[in-house]
Amino acid sequence: MTTAEQGTTLLKTMEINVAEAEKRTGKNAVNMLETYTVYLIETRPVDTVSEGISPTPDSLWRRYSEFEILRNYLLVTYPFVVVPPLPEKRAEFVWHKLSADNMDPDFVERRRVGLENFLLRVASHTALSNDKIFFTFLTEENGWKEIVFETGFQAKADSRLKALNATFRVKNPDKRFAEMKHYGDELQSVISQLLRVRARVADRLYGVYKVHGNYGRVFSEWSAIEKEMGDGLQSAGHHMDAYAASVDDILEEEEHYADQLKEYLFYMDSLKAVCRKHELTQFELEMAAQDLSSKKQQREELATGTVRTFSLKGMTSKLFGQETPEQREAKMKVLEEQIQEGEEEVKEKNSECDEFVNNAWCDIERFKDQKDHDLKEALISYAIMQISMCKKGIQVWSNAKECFNKM
Amino acid sequence: MKLRKEGGGIMSGSATEPAVLPPSPAQIVPTDLSEQMLELDDDDDLEVFSKDVTVTDGGAFSTSDQISPCSLLNQYGFEEEEGDSNVKDIFVTVDNPESHVTTIETFITYRVLTKTTRSEFDASEYEVRRRYQDFLWLRGRLEEAHPTLIVHPLPEKFVVKGMVERFSDDFIETRKRALHRFLNHVAEHPILSCSEDLKVFLTAQAWELTSHKKQGPGFLSRMGETVRAVAASVRGVRNRPEQFNAMQEYVESFGQKISSLDKIAQRIVKEQKEYLEELRECGPTYTLWSGSEEELVEPLKGVASCLDRCCKEKEDQVRQLSEHLAPTLHEYALCADTLKAVLRRRDNIQAELEAKNDALATKKIDREALKEDIDKLEDRVEWANNALKGDWNRWQRSKRRDLRSAFVHMAEKNVDYYEKCLAVWESFLVSQRTEFGDGAERRLPSTS
Repeated sequence: MTTAEQGTTLLKTMEINVAEAEKRTGKNAVNMLETYTVYLIETRPVDTVSEGISPTPDSLWRRYSEFEILRNYLLVTYPFVVVPPLPEKRAEFVWHKLSADNMDPDFVERRRVGLENFLLRVASHTALSNDKIFFTFLTEENGWKEIVFETGFQAKADSRLKALNATFRVKNPDKRFAEMKHYGDELQSVISQLLRVRARVADRLYGVYKVHGNYGRVFSEWSAIEKEMGDGLQSAGHHMDAYAASVDDILEEEEHYADQLKEYLFYMDSLKAVCRKHELTQFELEMAAQDLSSKKQQREELATGTVRTFSLKGMTSKLFGQETPEQREAKMKVLEEQIQEGEEEVKEKNSECDEFVNNAWCDIERFKDQKDHDLKEALISYAIMQISMCKKGIQVWSNAKECFNKM
Repeated sequence: MKLRKEGGGIMSGSATEPAVLPPSPAQIVPTDLSEQMLELDDDDDLEVFSKDVTVTDGGAFSTSDQISPCSLLNQYGFEEEEGDSNVKDIFVTVDNPESHVTTIETFITYRVLTKTTRSEFDASEYEVRRRYQDFLWLRGRLEEAHPTLIVHPLPEKFVVKGMVERFSDDFIETRKRALHRFLNHVAEHPILSCSEDLKVFLTAQAWELTSHKKQGPGFLSRMGETVRAVAASVRGVRNRPEQFNAMQEYVESFGQKISSLDKIAQRIVKEQKEYLEELRECGPTYTLWSGSEEELVEPLKGVASCLDRCCKEKEDQVRQLSEHLAPTLHEYALCADTLKAVLRRRDNIQAELEAKNDALATKKIDREALKEDIDKLEDRVEWANNALKGDWNRWQRSKRRDLRSAFVHMAEKNVDYYEKCLAVWESFLVSQRTEFGDGAERRLPSTS
């Protein structure tokens, strides 16, 4: 979250907060009553803040589904950008204490933080932050949906079938993108595994700490029947209770760490999408080139009279007789036109492809640096968390030891 | 006369006759029977009788004990304070378990080492091998000889819960440590440590021990004891002195609490083991991840290695818990049972007295003999009560010391564990910070 502040455009001039979450009830598309959560987005010009004046921020309410629409729009409109992910739709990788309920206050709070993070990341991206739709999202509560749908972005979205086709049939993808895609798969797999392991470890750790609470209870009861040992037992019991209670804070901090990992887990979808888009543009280029090449070949055959490639037309003309010179000339003319169109298309597709490769690779490098930085920070903060946990443990058990010595 | 003989040998047959004296010759006997005792000294079977002719006066004492300075000094002197630890003149250790295979069975023996300056021992060092059965025998003898003293419990025969395999290394180690603690408690006890049976246990060769074991009250006489005990407990005691009521209440409560703590300690061990199992997966996952990265390889491997180290420390911590706190709590849970039995036996003696007094009021038969019996019983009751009172205080001190030390030890090991883990993570941070410059700040939740 702090890296977003490295900030370029919009973030330099505007301060963005997702300040609150609120429950609303309303009728949905099928006229049924539903409860949903809305989030308050606050914006404020940066210079007023830095001058120490704090005017009331502008604000509006958005629900999660609107964030989704914004993101889909960005995905379609900026296919060469590794678009930041949204926080998870449903709570996954939970351990037993956290409810998987979307209405759970802890979940809502973590989602609020994730949504703010999303907005900050978008606002700090050179390309994305200058988008008008994004700006409107932050500033115009009503009518935004109509505006975004008017862009027709949904129609521009590549169909999944198209994308899948390209993946399997592209002949010369840029190696770097292929490697990136592979990396994306690997990272998704390993982070998922890590999150699953972490959830199980958290569950067990909770058990260990909480059982110590029983010591507190029994020490207290036992101290009632002891004369000399009573005081020591009683005070030791308090420390056992403190120990048992301390796990709640510890695990809450760990959730932040898990959220940082989840962000990059979800980022991999965006990364892979960019790679697939490259495959698609490359594939279309290859198709166009192939098309051009076969047309050129046809022209050659027509000119020299040799049939090298099988064509139904060729066969039928063999069977039913040669064409007339006029027919041949007409055909040639059509072919020439097609070839010229084809060459232009290939040229276009080529430059499209190149442009995409350049822009995408540039953003991928940016993303790589961001990822390395963020994850390193996350690992360090994990170590800091462990240190804090150890220090608490040392304190509690040192105190307990003193009490036990007085038994 | 008849009674004594029956009590002494395998020929005992009057198990059902109410007796003034307990059939076992190892029981406490009032001094006025010393003549009878001297007569029986001629009987070679009764090795348990003291051949020491100085056994003629003093207060009530156990005839099975050789008179030694410590037993004379300690007869009524249970109430000595921590001073008894200053005069420790006998040291025992139990170690070195070994497996023995015979055609009939396989069993484990333990080495028992004794070092002592006590004069009743011929040498100053002994080394013998004993099996669990031998410990059981010793404890049984001590309880018989001193029904109202508190004899430390032995580890149980089998551990049904947890399905510990009888000869697993863990089981043998745990048992060995418990046997060591048992012997040490006995050796520290002012009366029990003077027991002849203990001396034989610590010093005799295997064949000597076997032969010694064959002496002592036979099966039928022990049966008699049991039957009388049952009869007495059915009768119940009427006027239990208040302090024994207080003891009873304490033992019930204490027993409950300690059993709870025993269960809690075992549960913690279980939870820690399950946590450790899951934790073991973390390090390898980070290592796996590092295989896909370039810039992140070092920090990822660093975290993986930290986690692996923490797993080792956790293993240590769990082992300490299993080896110290849990067994001690378990032992004191067994102690509660021992205490209840001791209180019951004391009650039985008093109940006998009350029964005899009742009989005196109603029956006309042989009032003189009955009055004699009652006198002896009264002495017995007084002796039993004093023995218990004294040993109670002693037990309280010992309990306090043992439990305090076990809990302190646990707290120490827990601090240790956290300190070691702290060092591991801190050194990781240092290694990262030197690469990272000053950017290694806490990642705060976004407040923009």
